[in-house]
Amino acid sequence: MPPEPAVIADRYELSVNATMRVVEDAWIGETLLFVLRERLGLPGAKNACEQGECGSCSVLLDGVVVCACLVLAVDAVGSEIQTVEGLSASGDAADIQAALVRGGGVQCGFCTPGFVVAIYDLLRRNPDADEMAVREALSGNLCRCTGYGRILDAVRAVQRARAS
Amino acid sequence: MKGTVLRSGRGTGEQAGSGIATLPGGLGTLPGGLGDSPDRPDGVQKVRGEFAFASDLWMDAMLWGKTLRSPHVAARVRAIDTSRAVAMPGVRAVLTAADVPGRPTFGLEVPDQPVFASDIVRYHGEPVAAVAADHPELARRAALAIEVDYEPMDAQCDPEAALHAPPIHPDGNLFRHLVIRHGDPSARGDVVVEGSYAVGMQDQAFLGPEAGLAVPGDDGGVDLYVATQWLHVDRAQIAASLGLPVERVRLYLAGVGGAFGGREDVSLQIHLCMLALRTGRPVKMVYARDESFFGHVHRHPARLWYRHHASRSGELVKVEARVVVDGGAYLSSSNAVISNAACFAPGPYRVPNALIDGYAVRTNNPPCGAMRGFGAVQVCFGHEAQMDKLAAALGMDPIELRRRNALTRGDRLVTGQVLTGAVPVREVIDAAVAHPLPPVPAPDAPMLARPGGAGATADASHVRRGVGFAVSFKNIAYSEGFDDYSSARLRLEAGLDGEPTATVTVATAEVGQGFVTLAQQIVRDELGVRRVVLAPASTVDVGSAGSSSASRQTWMSGGALQLACAVLRQELFGRAAELWECGSSQCTSTGSSVRRGDTGERLGIAELLARGPLETEQELHHRPTKALDPDGQGDAHLSFMFAAHRAVVDVDAELGLVRVVQMATGQDVGKALHPLQVQGQIEGGIAQGVGLAVMEEIVLTDGRVRNPSFTDYLLPTILDMPDVVASLVEEPEPGAPYGAKGVGEPPAISSGPAVLAAVRAATGLDLCRAPLRPEDICLGGHPA
Repeated sequence: MPPEPAVIADRYELSVNATMRVVEDAWIGETLLFVLRERLGLPGAKNACEQGECGSCSVLLDGVVVCACLVLAVDAVGSEIQTVEGLSASGDAADIQAALVRGGGVQCGFCTPGFVVAIYDLLRRNPDADEMAVREALSGNLCRCTGYGRILDAVRAVQRARAS
Repeated sequence: MKGTVLRSGRGTGEQAGSGIATLPGGLGTLPGGLGDSPDRPDGVQKVRGEFAFASDLWMDAMLWGKTLRSPHVAARVRAIDTSRAVAMPGVRAVLTAADVPGRPTFGLEVPDQPVFASDIVRYHGEPVAAVAADHPELARRAALAIEVDYEPMDAQCDPEAALHAPPIHPDGNLFRHLVIRHGDPSARGDVVVEGSYAVGMQDQAFLGPEAGLAVPGDDGGVDLYVATQWLHVDRAQIAASLGLPVERVRLYLAGVGGAFGGREDVSLQIHLCMLALRTGRPVKMVYARDESFFGHVHRHPARLWYRHHASRSGELVKVEARVVVDGGAYLSSSNAVISNAACFAPGPYRVPNALIDGYAVRTNNPPCGAMRGFGAVQVCFGHEAQMDKLAAALGMDPIELRRRNALTRGDRLVTGQVLTGAVPVREVIDAAVAHPLPPVPAPDAPMLARPGGAGATADASHVRRGVGFAVSFKNIAYSEGFDDYSSARLRLEAGLDGEPTATVTVATAEVGQGFVTLAQQIVRDELGVRRVVLAPASTVDVGSAGSSSASRQTWMSGGALQLACAVLRQELFGRAAELWECGSSQCTSTGSSVRRGDTGERLGIAELLARGPLETEQELHHRPTKALDPDGQGDAHLSFMFAAHRAVVDVDAELGLVRVVQMATGQDVGKALHPLQVQGQIEGGIAQGVGLAVMEEIVLTDGRVRNPSFTDYLLPTILDMPDVVASLVEEPEPGAPYGAKGVGEPPAISSGPAVLAAVRAATGLDLCRAPLRPEDICLGGHPA
């Protein structure tokens, strides 16, 4: 099959972690995940499946969790993008991150940034989520190492600490 | 015997990180030593998204690599025309078999696999060419622009038929036939049960895809940053195919996003290095998920036939078994997998007479190799189903039958090997059974808690509960005479602030298991040094660590590091003795100082290091093992791990849907050096066992992979994962560093068979194939 003509966008801007970032001479078909990782030096969102099944590329797009692999970067122009790096810098997810480390919720760590974003989003929307609601909210994030037990425990620990 | 009870899951209300370490604090005096559960040193980087995985690597002016793979299961390659790809602007190299500078093949044990297929492709997805281009999309299009003229051939995808079929490969179709003859093969029992079983092809499905960055060196060599399980064995294979001396091929471990056996074989390593050397530029390659399914070996599918003989009182008299594992197109580690499958075919029971035939066969299916549990997983589905059948035939409780026949210290395996280490089989059974059963769900339980979950399909009145049980064992480290070793380099010096600093350099692949944590714990305990730094793992600064597989790194790399600590402790004593002008035998270690026995004087490690750094590199070789003789007899294994699992399931038999409700386990760990990490291994391994039992399978149609994606290859989600209750059985293993056994594999072995047993109990069906498919249940069982 003949390659389609490559469409190059000469310039667009993305608002990432409250900073305007310029993307130049990029192929128009690049996903937000690719642009974050390969053009903007933000590899925190991970590339495990690149078809929206595993949640490891989770970012917040105008406050909503999305799989960055399913969003074209040019479609994110005009939106506010928050990545795990942004949550780390602001300290907004610090207790979640600490609980995951302390509680054994991290092994290989490839799914971890996605879980941090998903847990941050869940506890913001539903701080008192019960066990089943936590499981349901995190069911779009695959982990192959932990069997999820220590991740669940970390969520509970954060819920308890925030409630007290 | 001491037991540590671990609990997780719904409603236990325990604090993260507490209620776990019921052992007294570290064995040593510093916090964060052995027996404690200190934080992983890479944990903070990982939760912040700052840990550099292989796919995160980046260099200025780097190119992107892409592999072209065969769309055919078996075909003759008549011609390859790369001219259109080469002519595309931005394409910097297009390589095929003709460009391999050195040995055209590679392989863990025998180099029988082409770097690129030249004349014949033998499986769906076999590499044919590789491209380097300025942009990954361009590389993808260039790969598609390569024109390969294939002449499809008949494929041989059935391992039984392949045994008698014309050879697929010059080395033939039989990788290994292993016979184990033990005792009196003509012995007969009063009660005989027979069964056939099958296990499908499981994928490791590590989340971090295969990835690496190759950088051409000034010396004509290459530096490769790659996610792997064994740097040095990769290096040997890469160097041979590049035609370079090994010292000009330098490997550095890039962050590894899980492994589970799937990174033991070379995938993109040689292609990447060839592209970098050809273009003179750094080249990055990252497999997409579909390519990852084609790019690494899988767990061998297996067909099992068993006949068990027992006395009327329930003593096993004889086990006959025939085990056939499908190795796919190339050897990989099939020979070792069939050895494990045959050696452990009877399960952890006393079996005086045995006749076991194991075959590993070449077919045109995707190559199979290492995956967590390695041969022991497949046969466990058979031997445990047989034990249940036998219990039913004897009218005996299935757990009592297992207890009665459980191996103990001093018993012989069917390979004739006498068990001299810790063999707490009865203890792990009793520990698993001791956990309370979960409550039966209320009729108004949330829909998500029913079989079918979010599908909202199961009617609560149709759901039946079942409980099943399984026991397993497996070897630690490499067997059959392999000289298995690990190396550890340790440097001790005063930091800039004067604080003693230990730097550990090991080539041990940290794949998520937490060896990095353990290394710090060992040095803290052995030397009383608080600050322990881990240098990057590479082939440059230290000898081989062997693979992060076979549950071996705690023993092997942990043991090598323990040796290195002992050497430097003696050197510290030597320095102290010189200062005190006494014999170094007077010196003892007390926390972070050295004490002189006769006077009670002390010298801090910091003071002793003021005279300069100390450094050593040590190798640990485990006790030699022996080859198996023609009757499959011999002391082939170093040590064994045992585990028992009890599964509780809810089944909607009308729809064929299963929900695993609880997994209870007792696991023999020797000694839990980091209880929280042990718990993580247990829960994670059980998730993979549950996955194999109820959902995970690479589906093949005439050798063609039908589901190379996470959309179609299902992994357990957090909604699928049952509660896990675990008890650790701690009986120190003689000869093992700190008495610790490996812990990674046992959770993945009998967990799946316990789930199948539970579904059989819930449905009354003779289910003999893993994974269970809905139709197996709702259509009333399925022949193996």
